[in-house]
Amino acid sequence: MLSIDRSIIDAIVAHARRDHPDEACGVVAGPAGSDTPTRHIPMDNAARSMTFYEFDSMEQLRVWREMDDRDEEPVVIYHSHTATEAYPSRTDVSFAGEPGAHYLLVSTREPDTEEIRSFRIVDGVVTEEPVEIVDAAVDPNAVQSYMFGQSPATVDYECSGR
Amino acid sequence: MAIEVRIPTILRSYTGGAKIVEGSGDTLADLLTDLDSRHAGLRGRLVTDAGALHRFVNVYVNDEDVRFLGALDAKLNDGDSVTILPAVAGGAFGFAAAAAIASHSAATAATASHARSARAVAVR
Repeated sequence: MLSIDRSIIDAIVAHARRDHPDEACGVVAGPAGSDTPTRHIPMDNAARSMTFYEFDSMEQLRVWREMDDRDEEPVVIYHSHTATEAYPSRTDVSFAGEPGAHYLLVSTREPDTEEIRSFRIVDGVVTEEPVEIVDAAVDPNAVQSYMFGQSPATVDYECSGR
Repeated sequence: MAIEVRIPTILRSYTGGAKIVEGSGDTLADLLTDLDSRHAGLRGRLVTDAGALHRFVNVYVNDEDVRFLGALDAKLNDGDSVTILPAVAGGAFGFAAAAAIASHSAATAATASHARSARAVAVR
């Protein structure tokens, strides 16, 4: 399960909306071994594309070194799909190189609502997990849980023969 | 003196869990061959069958991306620091990545099974 503060989710969604219709991408770092995302780092999409994202390699080196210096790791790696569902594409699976990370996808295809889902991607195998959004700002003891859709029930755009 | 190489989490299974290993070589290609003699299989994760640097990884010499230094021909000196990171990329539909993906059978199989289950749901 991914447990993440609402303020971070809000910042990720705002980033995805801002860059729409291009895909947005970034990282949420957290203390190594904690599995707790604490520091939101929006990244440039070097591909500037509606269907592809890619971290700028030099920005990535800087951010990864900074995490190393602070004894952090990439707890969440997120990106948006701007016209399709929030499910990892073939491309996403091929590139997934952080077996310890939660791969968070935000779909901004609907103007008013966001679909937010999280996955583990290890050795090419995709496993969806629940997302728990924590309202720490209101009351750290009051935890609200939201379960997002667990099974892909929509058209698989990748396989539409385009 | 030797060349320090930083290994990302996903490749530490080849280095016995070590985050930093040392190697030697005049070029990146030589260094990877040297590393592979002690960490068998590591080179294969970084270099394609065609002998080019893999699309799925970023390799840096000191502060430079080796793609701008001649890739596998990048010159190395004792005391250099080499960093390997998994490239972070993806997206809804990456034409540029399609060719690279064709060789990635595990991923293709995983998404194919997803496509089947998605279609099964859609049909119902």
